[in-house]
Amino acid sequence: MTVQGESAEHQWVDDHAGPVVRPYAVTRGRARPVTGTFDLISLVTATRADVSAEIGLGPEHVAIVGLCQRMQSVAEIAAHLDLPVGTIRVLLGDLVARNLVQVREPRTSAGLPDNSVFEAVINGLRAL
Amino acid sequence: MDYGPSERPAGATPLPTAIKILVAGGFGVGKTTMVGAVSETRPLRTEEVLTESGVGIDDLSGVESKSTTTVAMDFGRITISDDLVLYLFGTPGQDRFWFVWDELALGAIGAVVLADTRRLADCFPSIDYFEGRGTPFVVAVNCFEGAKQYRLDEVQAALNLDPDVPVLLCDARRRESSKEVLITLLEHAMKTRDARRTSD
Repeated sequence: MTVQGESAEHQWVDDHAGPVVRPYAVTRGRARPVTGTFDLISLVTATRADVSAEIGLGPEHVAIVGLCQRMQSVAEIAAHLDLPVGTIRVLLGDLVARNLVQVREPRTSAGLPDNSVFEAVINGLRAL
Repeated sequence: MDYGPSERPAGATPLPTAIKILVAGGFGVGKTTMVGAVSETRPLRTEEVLTESGVGIDDLSGVESKSTTTVAMDFGRITISDDLVLYLFGTPGQDRFWFVWDELALGAIGAVVLADTRRLADCFPSIDYFEGRGTPFVVAVNCFEGAKQYRLDEVQAALNLDPDVPVLLCDARRRESSKEVLITLLEHAMKTRDARRTSD
């Protein structure tokens, strides 16, 4: 997958040494997002094609928006950017506050989904 | 949980839904192998960085003196349709990461417990956990070459499972076999849900 802003990501990451920048450096020390909870499978979609001209966003914010041109879960964003989930949650909070991404939270308290969802998944698996 | 701040035009196409299934079991039993066998890409890895206290970290001053632990989770994605995505998460194996399991299990529609008949006891903690939570699960015996083959009823008895819990053989390296395990789990989860509704 070609990821917009991937070069920015690789600038910071060394495969052998691990991330050069400590995880909370990219959040400027913040451990919690300004808004939102962000389950691992919350689905994130960018609302704009390009945010590189926005003031106050870091390269990781831009990379997330690039990645989320196609709907991605929080877990996928963390994996592709090679950052801990907690860091990604903080960055997503910033993007939600600026309306640059839309987030769809999963149903977690409503119990199991209805039959149509189960049947769609079963049929989808059979078709793989 | 409520919907996120997404726009929701009335009568539009269904909103995207993400569901998750957990793949649990002992170390080296083939969890990531199974995730990779059915996912559309190679398994991805996500990490949570935890301090020793694990929760309630608002103030990061002094964090450098706490020991931090990284818990890695492997997962995969199966896009069922434009608005329905299934995620498979391999659970971290170590018992001391139960609170990560709690986060993973929240909202999961079910779990696959992978078992290796040479080390059957390795899957006991997973079975206890899902029984305790009431998460629907199936036990899939990964058939390793050279392992003695047991009958499924022998495995069921050895694990002291509720007779309703499906037990099946699988080869976690093979997509068809892993698909069958997931389909069995989904059918079991539907039955479990219906049984609970009627007993309510």
